[in-house]
Amino acid sequence: MAVAIAAGKVWRPNRGLSQAAVLLLWRPGARGLARSHPHRQQQQFSSLDDKPQFPGASAEFIDKLEFIQPNVISGIPIYRVMDRQGQIINPSEDPHLPKEKVLKLYKSMTLLNTMDRILYESQRQGRISFYMTNYGEEGTHVGSAAALDNTDLVFGQYREAAVGAAYAAKRANANRVVICYFGEGAASEGDAHAGFNFAATLECPIIFFCRNNGYAISTPTSEQYRGDGIAARGPGYGIMSIRVDGNDVFAVYNATKEARRRAVAENQPFLIEAMTYRIGHHSTSDDSSAYRSVDEVNYWDKQDHPISRLRHYLLSQGWWDEEQEKAWRKQSRKKVMEAFEQAERKPKPNPNLLFSDVYQEMPAQLRKQQESLARHLQTYGEHYPLEHFDK
Amino acid sequence: MAAVSGLVRRPLREVTVRDAINQGMDEELERDEKVFLLGEEVAQYDGAYKVSRGLWKKYGDKRIIDTPISEMGFAGIAVGAAMAGLRPICEFMTFNFSMQAIDQVINSAAKTYYMSGGLQSVPIVFRGPNGASAGVAAQHSQCFAAWYGHCPGLKVVSPWNSEDAKGLIKSAIRDNNPVVVLENELMYGVPFEFPPEAQSKDFLIPIGKAKIERQGTHITVVSHSRPVGHCLEAAAVLSKEGVECEVINMRTIRPMDMETIEASVMKTNHLVTVEGGWPQFGVGAEICARIMEGISKKLVLEYSQAVVNIMYLNTYSIKRLKARSVWHFSSRKYFKSKSRKSCVQFPGCSCCSCHWC
Repeated sequence: MAVAIAAGKVWRPNRGLSQAAVLLLWRPGARGLARSHPHRQQQQFSSLDDKPQFPGASAEFIDKLEFIQPNVISGIPIYRVMDRQGQIINPSEDPHLPKEKVLKLYKSMTLLNTMDRILYESQRQGRISFYMTNYGEEGTHVGSAAALDNTDLVFGQYREAAVGAAYAAKRANANRVVICYFGEGAASEGDAHAGFNFAATLECPIIFFCRNNGYAISTPTSEQYRGDGIAARGPGYGIMSIRVDGNDVFAVYNATKEARRRAVAENQPFLIEAMTYRIGHHSTSDDSSAYRSVDEVNYWDKQDHPISRLRHYLLSQGWWDEEQEKAWRKQSRKKVMEAFEQAERKPKPNPNLLFSDVYQEMPAQLRKQQESLARHLQTYGEHYPLEHFDK
Repeated sequence: MAAVSGLVRRPLREVTVRDAINQGMDEELERDEKVFLLGEEVAQYDGAYKVSRGLWKKYGDKRIIDTPISEMGFAGIAVGAAMAGLRPICEFMTFNFSMQAIDQVINSAAKTYYMSGGLQSVPIVFRGPNGASAGVAAQHSQCFAAWYGHCPGLKVVSPWNSEDAKGLIKSAIRDNNPVVVLENELMYGVPFEFPPEAQSKDFLIPIGKAKIERQGTHITVVSHSRPVGHCLEAAAVLSKEGVECEVINMRTIRPMDMETIEASVMKTNHLVTVEGGWPQFGVGAEICARIMEGISKKLVLEYSQAVVNIMYLNTYSIKRLKARSVWHFSSRKYFKSKSRKSCVQFPGCSCCSCHWC
């Protein structure tokens, strides 16, 4: 049962899919606050007509018993612009971004990668307590961020709350979109269900951006869900959905750009599932060699990495070369190290700041506690590492 | 069956809290095939904090189950399984995430036995790390002892050391009621000496009974979970200055062992409660309220200032508070006083012979 798709088009819930009736909740022009009940259009009643009149679905009758088979063998296709060697496949999909913008994309991804390396190491050395790297997923972050406006709102997790914010943005006619990032594991949370449903019924300008990287700590996708990923859930809620190659920064950019334009113009949610791979461990508390092979990780690192693919593109355009690469690596490392050392040298905040800015005006009991702490430190200060704190 | 690699029986009988919980679960899984463990990362990963190390290898997919990321989902499923006759152990990666599932814990688990007139029990254990860890920020550091301790129908325990951990998890699993076991991530790696009786496969600690960890005469210090260790350290420091603290490890939050606390307060006349939760409507607040309402024996309490309830900063703040000792109340024999108010339980009565006065 093939789903006909034109390259670059958003896959939407479609009626007449083979012989099975599929829910259709999308109708053009049915958006906006002006219409109070856009979905309860009255059907013309005619007892001679054998058409279904149920309020719950708009579909045809069928007289053959047939279950809809979840399509996980050939699921929703993955939109991409570049191949794994960074070559544009379909020139009409090339976003034709100017050189500065593409260089900015590249430098953002590589700077992030550099920062990850340094901070991961620093955790291992005990200089910071905890860290999570982005290895392999740089394309999803940078590609999508590049497609947004400066005033757009970004939520990391908090799917339900993101919908609320989007609703508020719509009410305020703010011309802003809310984008909510989450992983394929977090999509299992109950509030993802509620978030999707409310975004659709309340017609909110929100982009649900799911990074499907194959693992939730050690839980592989085969144990996280049995359906066709997260993109397949969107149409179930009446949400425009697409699956993209998350390691192709142009594909991510194009999808997010178009989703943003339409989300704001038409006040409807969009679901983008960016397929990618988590090359690093889940966090500094994880050792992924316990549950996946080194070969698997190496494949993605060497054969399908968002940074490599964009670099090949840059090289083929003549916008980058080995010398610049070497110089930028040095420069980005220096940048991160300087910032890190500067941060490390800073003392921790003065203990008095525990009490200020908790309330607009410090209430009496907080003042008492503040004074009590001051007295305590006077007597027992030597037992605390006060030298690390601002005086 | 292959020996569970997670079990550590060191020659000095020192066992970490993590291994004690692991042992307790292992023994109960072996004893009763209806017992099973479910949660995120509990199977091949050995648990997010390695508490279920080796269990999946030993018991397999049917007894140790990895779930998708939905606490509301798997807690509800666990409750349903318990209602249908199984004995699930539902692990929350931390109790902060139990808020996603709190409707299942309270409405589906805690209230069902009562609401069904005793027909439907829910023999489930909810366990996981509770309270503050190291630098995990506000949303991952809350102590839920007061929240769950508030609800009838739930039993709530909070182990401190390895012995507590093993004895309480085993009692919780064998209990036919929903039991919330509030562990502590920072205690997982701490080793304690394991008394010989704790090595037994039938070692149980009764739910609802506190333990006096240290005898004392001058002041009662009541605590639960990790702060118990801080209290004992403070007691050691104070002892050098001639103040002998009686340190009580609550072990159970609900039902609270007020008898042990009352008996101690009767002896020392001074009380400090120490906890990791917030002060308002907290565990310490409840203890203070009950002490103020009057001890069950026929005694009237007069006090100059309220008993102290603090959220601990560290051992030295506990020590400072106890050394000050301005907080006290004295116990006097029963007598009728014009200041006696009417009883809460029976308005108009002022005999003060029941707990409510």
